[in-house]
Amino acid sequence: MSLSSSPAAAGRPAPVVASVGASGRVALVVTAKDPVADGVVRLRLEAPGGLRLPDWTPGAHIDLGLPNGLTRQYSLCGDRWDPRSYEIAVLREPDGRGGSAFVHDHLAVGDGIEVGGPRNHFPLVPADRYLFVAGGIGITPMLPMIEQATMLDTPWSLLYGGRRRVSMAFVDRLARWGDRVTLWPQDSHGLLDLASAVDAEPSGTKIYCCGPAPLLAAVESVCTDRPVGHLRIERFEAREQGPPVRTTGYEVELARTGTVLGIQPGDSVLDALAAAGAPVLASCRQGVCGTCETTVLAGTPDHRDSLLDEAQRRRNDCFYPCVSRSASDRLVLDL
Amino acid sequence: MSLATPDPTVEAPALDVDPFGPEILADPIPFHERLRAAGPVVHLPRYDVYAMGRYAEVHAALVDWQRFQSAAGVGLSNFRSEKPWRPPSLLLETDPPHHDAPRHVLEPILNPRALRALRPRWETAAEELVEDLLERERFDAVSNLAERFPLRVFPDAVGIPEEGRENLLPYGDHLFNAFGPVNALVEKGLPRIAGVSGWVNEQCRREVLSADGFGARIWEASDCGDITAEQAPLVVRSLLSAGVDTTVHALGAVMAGFLSSPEQWERLRAEPARARVAFDEAIRWESPVQTFFRTATCDVRVGDVVVPEGRKILMFLGSANNDPSRWERPEEFDLDRDPSGHVGFGMGIHQCVGQHVARMEAECVLHALARRVKKIEPDGIPVRHLNNTLRGFSSLPARLVAR
Repeated sequence: MSLSSSPAAAGRPAPVVASVGASGRVALVVTAKDPVADGVVRLRLEAPGGLRLPDWTPGAHIDLGLPNGLTRQYSLCGDRWDPRSYEIAVLREPDGRGGSAFVHDHLAVGDGIEVGGPRNHFPLVPADRYLFVAGGIGITPMLPMIEQATMLDTPWSLLYGGRRRVSMAFVDRLARWGDRVTLWPQDSHGLLDLASAVDAEPSGTKIYCCGPAPLLAAVESVCTDRPVGHLRIERFEAREQGPPVRTTGYEVELARTGTVLGIQPGDSVLDALAAAGAPVLASCRQGVCGTCETTVLAGTPDHRDSLLDEAQRRRNDCFYPCVSRSASDRLVLDL
Repeated sequence: MSLATPDPTVEAPALDVDPFGPEILADPIPFHERLRAAGPVVHLPRYDVYAMGRYAEVHAALVDWQRFQSAAGVGLSNFRSEKPWRPPSLLLETDPPHHDAPRHVLEPILNPRALRALRPRWETAAEELVEDLLERERFDAVSNLAERFPLRVFPDAVGIPEEGRENLLPYGDHLFNAFGPVNALVEKGLPRIAGVSGWVNEQCRREVLSADGFGARIWEASDCGDITAEQAPLVVRSLLSAGVDTTVHALGAVMAGFLSSPEQWERLRAEPARARVAFDEAIRWESPVQTFFRTATCDVRVGDVVVPEGRKILMFLGSANNDPSRWERPEEFDLDRDPSGHVGFGMGIHQCVGQHVARMEAECVLHALARRVKKIEPDGIPVRHLNNTLRGFSSLPARLVAR
């Protein structure tokens, strides 16, 4: 189906919002790059011409499409009231797969970069109080949350751990909050005392945690008695998964074309879709970012992502083909 | 864009008219032309408010929630100084950060994926409706179709009981009138509004709602703390407030489009997949929601005019959607047009969260009609329904010819 775009004779008015291209991304420019701690740089990204960027809420992340072909997710840590720039902070991961090293070593002010999102799997929900727990670069989503909690007059405190004080970003920005912020560098203080911090919180406190996987596991283990939804975690690394439900192959039907694909148990559905000429936009390939979300019309997925909660999994209406599989003989997708 | 030009400040041109008067509500088009011609922003001395009618400025202001806030009310009444007649909407009448949690909760409940499960039921309901219309020699595209279909499927989807649904239309009509000045339209609704609004509030309680509807999903979101238990009924109320009259008038608009442009009906019959385009084009063309106010959070320069902080600005969505500098032959209902970018659902963070619900309702009805109906012909004079915010019809007499 084609539609005439019918631009008016006088010409379309200039856009006010940076436009999302066919790739689902906007083309931005790096306008600032500053070190904010040992091994951490902060980037500011803006649209050429000073256009507005898509709106976001605290906890949201963007996908950074790097010129070397890698895509990485970073939490937005700037001011959402500023519609013309995004701010992220990137930790150099020495054992990483090259994304953060590229940002540190090659990405420069003036470079163009493709940005997807923002998407938010970590929204700030109403609470009597907040306890923010950040490990290392996990501080980034907490910064706008802290601003908003303050704006909402909701009491909050921040427990911020890092390897060494000099590796902890934004310590200066947090200084104005006084003793609401507890800095906990590991080399001088040891591991965060999560049990005491959590125990001290009344039942109406919502606990937000972002950081390395061991920290997330530790906070989960001390929050088992908290009501459902009172612990909120942002994962940038995939959750540990049990073995797949099936050890045999299954079929994936693409409802819009009727194509049926046979999938071997070890195959990625995402790769099979691409091979069949029905590619789905993906990014992390770890079931973490949500880019490849696909609608399930029939069948039961074997969810292997780190995004959906139990209730969402039981609905069987969506899944992430980068990591998830089928539990039933056939899975019908809205593709 | 002209929101920030360095020219010297000038007074906004004044238009001494009442945009909520019956003449303009009945036929706003000539006024919209005057409004757009007068400048990017004008002053309406009658209410001492500012107004915008050009697409570029309306669109730019709608996305600029930072400078054009909603929490002071999206009607004439300024919540900074006046008490709202009902507790403000957690979606429509809030700004970030208060706006975030209710919006986050409602979006996944009303997104196309979540709605898909409802489609078979709605398609059946649409087929039954069309069969019934075909049995009538003549029918009214408002009472027999545009009102009937949403009132059949939407309250079920929300999960409210059968009894009392007749309250929904008077409630919505009054609510949208109340965004305007206290004129005869508002006064007409006042005697009944306490009862009607009490009934609506009652339907938002958890015990009243069925276990499988949008309402129950909203309450479930409060169980895991995504919103509070105090917020849940108000979010349900938003569905009942914003989901009925708007869809009724939008369906009326698309029927009015086909009644006035029979060749467009041929176009749809030839290619029923255009149903979705037809619906959005009708919303652009008629703009069932004509206006919403915003309030300046600081001195905002629009063209050469500075709108002072705290002042109300009336956004004419209908005028923007018919601005010839944005749309070629805007007065034509045209299925070959790409209506993308119309502001009939709003734009930006407040863009209608229920738009996919309305689109799916319309698509089901239009597909059922396209399958069974050869011609839709006018059978009398359309009658406008006047409302301070909505544009629609009270009657569209028509006749159907079966295929």
